[in-house]
Amino acid sequence: MKLPPFDYACPTSVSEVVALLAAHDGEAKPLAGGQSLVPMLAFRVALPSLLVDLRKVAELRHIKITNEGIALGAMVRWREILDDARLRTAHPLLIAAVAHVAHYQIRNRGTVGGSMAHADPAAELPGIAVTCEAKIAVTGKAGARVIAAADFFQGPLTTALQSDEIITEIRLPLWPAKRRFGFQEFARRRGDFAMAAAALFYDEDGGKARNAHIGAIGVADRPLRLKAAEDAINGTSIDEAVIAKAEAAASASVDPADDIHASGAYRKALIGVMVERALRDAAGLKTT
Amino acid sequence: MPVKFEVNGKRVEVEVEPRLTLADCLRHKLRLTGTHVGCEHGVCGACTVLVDGAAVRSCLMLAVQAEGAKVVTVEGLSRDEGLTPLQASFRKHHALQCGFCTPGMITTAHALLSEEPNCDADRVREVLSGNLCRCTGYISIVEAVLDARTAYRRRGGGNGA
Repeated sequence: MKLPPFDYACPTSVSEVVALLAAHDGEAKPLAGGQSLVPMLAFRVALPSLLVDLRKVAELRHIKITNEGIALGAMVRWREILDDARLRTAHPLLIAAVAHVAHYQIRNRGTVGGSMAHADPAAELPGIAVTCEAKIAVTGKAGARVIAAADFFQGPLTTALQSDEIITEIRLPLWPAKRRFGFQEFARRRGDFAMAAAALFYDEDGGKARNAHIGAIGVADRPLRLKAAEDAINGTSIDEAVIAKAEAAASASVDPADDIHASGAYRKALIGVMVERALRDAAGLKTT
Repeated sequence: MPVKFEVNGKRVEVEVEPRLTLADCLRHKLRLTGTHVGCEHGVCGACTVLVDGAAVRSCLMLAVQAEGAKVVTVEGLSRDEGLTPLQASFRKHHALQCGFCTPGMITTAHALLSEEPNCDADRVREVLSGNLCRCTGYISIVEAVLDARTAYRRRGGGNGA
């Protein structure tokens, strides 16, 4: 369908963006890469009176790697993450997840801030943010604030962002070089939204797993940490029995709803399998 | 509102509503009907064009966002009436039947081969996963793209068409 009518602004600074959003009292939407928002306009799911294009806001385009971690400006595109050789070692889990984001053409336009603000429960980056305890820096008319990823996502397409706020940066904590990780996603066709995906990592201390973080994507109204599955592997050396326990714990932790793509029972089983496979990748254990 | 950009090497200026997509601007304002519009919500890939060298879905971009950009459509990939090596490879391998998806396949494959002339079959399949074809079953398209790699290796990198 053709898009509904709206006005268009293309400011060059975060402060101008915030002023425009505030002046329109919830009727304006920021436009980042447009890969989710434009289809929503076509379907009349979103009917803003004004689109505020962020493409000229230079202060949102950085990828910074420091001793504290990684900071991704909101307008960083998927393509720029995949092309940045530093990130392959600085955050290999991020790279593994972004490789699953949509398709080639969409990765050339889609942005990290857009994906976070859109908050699709099956999207990869929100899942990585929750798994890694990312912080989301936002700015609004009341000033800047930082929101923990676990508090940022509140439901399908619903976040803690106020209508006059935009995401400026996603901050991922420092990634130790020896950390073990896995990312597994299942979709019927390549590039489709995940029917379920698991993102996980743990550190090793004397051959035992510690600091396990296991995230689930596509099995609830927002990305989740699976504490029971984390408990199943913390303090253990990962073997077949531990993997089986983590798989069972992951399945038991979620209660997905039925939808047109899959039954809830199917997704519940699938997230267990995704955790199992991701854990095998992390531990370097072959499928039996 | 007025918007100025470059299409296939020519500077253009058009008056558009903000809601006009780049795809519709190319087709209706500039009469470049080689860019096809299938799903109009970013799924089918038929509307793929190059914007500053990158393959993008022109139905998910507003024409006003193309201000100052260099846009290349399927019409811009050949400079005369002859076929480019990529187009000739599509013909040789029977990589099209009805032809509706072909402009998107060609622009996407052109972007890929310009950047990665040594890509393997898995990479070609991965990249073309964003373009739907209801006729060919894809195998002939993948073969055509793989066969065109030699021409891109010879011409070296660059994506300006």
